Parts: sequence; structure tokens; C-alpha cells
Amino acid sequence: MDFSVAFNAARDSLPYMLGGVGWTAGLICGSMLLGLALGVPLSVLQVYGPKPVRRAVSLYVWLFRGIPILVQLYIFYFGLLAWLSQLPGLTDIGLDSPFTAAVLVLGLTSSAYQSQIFRGAIQSLPGGQLKAARALGMTDAQAIRTVILPQALRLSIPGWSNEYSILLKDSALAFTIGVVEIMARMRSIASTTHEPVSMAFVAGIIFFALTWVGVKGLSLLENKVRIAGYTRQGAV
Amino acid sequence: MSDATKPAVPILEARNLIKTLGGNRVLDSVSLAIGRGKVKVLIGPSGAGKSTLLQCLNFLLPPDSGQILLEGREIDKKSKKELCSFRQQVGMIFQDFNLFDHLSALENVRVALMKVKGMGKLDATERAVAELKRVGLADKASLYPANLSGGQKQRVAIARALAMDPKIMLLDEPTSALDPELIGEVLSVIRDLAQGGMTMIMATHQISFSASLADEFMFMEKGRVVEHGSPAELLGKGSGSRTQAFCAKISELTGEAGDGEAGACRL
Repeated sequence: MDFSVAFNAARDSLPYMLGGVGWTAGLICGSMLLGLALGVPLSVLQVYGPKPVRRAVSLYVWLFRGIPILVQLYIFYFGLLAWLSQLPGLTDIGLDSPFTAAVLVLGLTSSAYQSQIFRGAIQSLPGGQLKAARALGMTDAQAIRTVILPQALRLSIPGWSNEYSILLKDSALAFTIGVVEIMARMRSIASTTHEPVSMAFVAGIIFFALTWVGVKGLSLLENKVRIAGYTRQGAV
Repeated sequence: MSDATKPAVPILEARNLIKTLGGNRVLDSVSLAIGRGKVKVLIGPSGAGKSTLLQCLNFLLPPDSGQILLEGREIDKKSKKELCSFRQQVGMIFQDFNLFDHLSALENVRVALMKVKGMGKLDATERAVAELKRVGLADKASLYPANLSGGQKQRVAIARALAMDPKIMLLDEPTSALDPELIGEVLSVIRDLAQGGMTMIMATHQISFSASLADEFMFMEKGRVVEHGSPAELLGKGSGSRTQAFCAKISELTGEAGDGEAGACRL
């Protein structure tokens, strides 16, 4: 292996590869936010909901945790979304784009995992918190919004940061349905330059950097919203 | 409960409360009524049902059967709205404080004023500061619970309950989780409340302290109220009451340190 050839190929590929960062970032932001928007209510329903609702949430979580993302991508992109996008009124809203399918699949799967992060955090809070809120005359919805979630979400940041780093790498699977993110670009450029290893290194470094930025950012957020003297176990 | 000592319309009344937890009958048809400005003290061994009774009184634990009346009006526990408005009028103090850990002392007192009573932030802050001042913690308003001592936490909890203008306060062993040197500051706030005319039902093991405040002692055992009467009656020399026997046992166990309580037993 000629290192200078490999190095030059890697260097020359950078602009093109970095062009995939926007797509990867879009996938991650879209799916983490979708996962958050669904995961929080799911966790609340799973802890406080009536039994049939708790069961339904549990089934949802099992489904999305149990089916590989790759399989879901095929089901959503070639099946569900392709079919939906032909229905009247749904033709022009981009439902059949690979990006939409990937964000949906990653987001729904992440919502299943995120709901379990939040559920664990909610259940780790002392039971007296809800009791005290109720004793002051708060409705359960008020108590959950103002007392339970602000604490549970703070406790969830480390788990959420872990979920981010996993989802970031899962997003590479979106290349299979044609999203031109980092992995897809690596494959296409490797087949023209015949330098698959150096391209893989470049992709690896970009993914690593994105992971680092996200995890560091969340760790800064964790410190920013930390409450004096407050630990994972509650008050010291 | 002797009808002679009962005012016309009690502030809070419970009739035949029954509560079963895990197959045990924790409350076995307990009734009580308390008039305005009165202080009732629940005494009895652990597991007697004191805490369960207090939590049933504001439906934190819904009783299996029985009625609860606020100023003569029965509370419909199925109506969430009624339940919330009832709980606003019944202040609750817990053994382990249950301050909201993510909120400062000021925010703890303010949060329900804003969310439940719908007060504006300025008014709520003003009221919260006044309540903190009342319990002697105006200078700790910005501290979080983790940075307060146990006694300070309990005083914030009392301020939080008082801010809602409750008609009655339920206190569930308010000093049991405190280090001995911190008990005094909380008791003195409770004494001020009683002297200010606050209606209270308090479960406690602080016999001598409560004997000086209480209009009535209720001695509970195995989910029932087995004795009730004025502290003087129940603790009087030779009364032969269960209360006195229990209280003697407490002071025996605590040895010399229990002097105060032994003193109360000899009332």
C-alpha cells in the first residue's frame, strides 16, 4: 500500500465526504427530536397511565427495539411510505423521500429507547415528590410537568447522550435506501478511487468527531442545568 | 368522640375510614372531628396507622370506604377538581420533607401559588418571601434543598404549606427524620402556628412537647383509635391509660435523654 497515494486520496475526498455531514446531522437532529417528542409522553404514559395504555406503550417499545433498523428502513421506505405517498393529499409532501423514511425509522426506534431512559429516571425519583405536589392541590398533569419531568429530564442527560452516540452510528444505515450521508459518500468515492480503506478512515474520523461534539455538548448541558448539591440519588 | 366537646361544624371530619394495604387492615373504621383552632395529636406505636390516617385524610391514600367532610361538606373523591381544591385547603407536612429538589426554597414555596392558585410571579414571590420570613428563613430563599439542613428543609415545607392558606394542617411526624439538635427549631415553628390559632392534626413521638399544645391526644393501635382525651387525662398519674404506658415505655427506652417525656408522663 502506497501511503502517499492513500493520503492524497483521503485528502481529496474530504470536501465530498464532509458534504455528507449536513445529511447525517439532519438525520440525527430530526430523529433525536422526534424520539424526544414521542419518548417523553410515552414514558409518562408507561409510568402513570392506566393498565391498557401501559401495555400498549410496552408493545410499541418491544416492536421498535425488537426489529432491526435495516429491516424497518425497508418496511417504511419500500412499503408503508411508498404506499402512503400515493394516497390523495399525501403525494407532494415528500413522504417517499429516503430522508423522510430514515428520520421516521430512526426517530421511532429512538423514541422507544428514549422512553425507557425517561421511565427509569421518573421511577428513580422519590415517591414523596408526587405526593407533595398532589398535597398542594396540583393535578397530576401539573405535578408531572412542574415537578417530575424537570427532575427526570435532568437525570436523563447521561443516558440521552449515550443514545445520541448510538443513533449517530445507526444513521449510517440510511445509505441503504439512498440518503447521501457520510457512509453513502464513502462507498461511492471508494468505488471510484479504489481506496476503500483510506475512505473508511476518513468516514470513521468524521463519525468520531460528530460523536465527540455531541457527547461533549450534552455534558456541558448537564453541568449547566445541574442543581447545587443534587446528585443522581436526589439530595446528598 | 364525645359530642359535648365537639363544635357545631368541625373543620375536618372523618367518618369510619377503612384502609387495607397488602391484606392488612391498616385503618379499621377510624372517625374523628376537629374544630377550628384545635390541635389533635396522634400517638401510638409504629404501624398503628397514624401516617396512613393522615394520608387518607387528604386522599393521598384513598380510603377504601368512609367519608371525609370539610366544614360539613362531604368530599367527592371521584371529582378530580374537588379533590384538588380540597387539598389546597389542607396543608400537609411530611416526615421526610418532600421539598422539590430542583427548586430553590423560594421556588418551592412559590410554585403552587403560581400553578395552582394562578397568582402572578410578583405576587407569588412576595407571598413566598413573607412565608419564609415567618419560619425564619428569609435569608435562605435562594438555596436549594440539598444545601439546607433537615430543620431548615422542614421549615421550608411548612412555609410552602402555609402559603396556600390552609384551613387545617396535617403533620406526619414532622421531626422524626431530624437530628436531635434540629428538632427544636421546627417545634418552635409548630408552637407558633398553634398559638396563632392554626387547626392541626399531628402524628408525633414528641409527647411532652405535644402535651403542651394539644387539645386532644388520640392513641392509635392496630388501625384503631383506642383512647382519646386531653393530655392531662391520659397522662395523669394513675390514669392507667394505654397512652401513659406507651409514653412510659418511650422514656424508658430513651433513658436519661427522655427526661422531658418522663416528665410529661407524670403530668
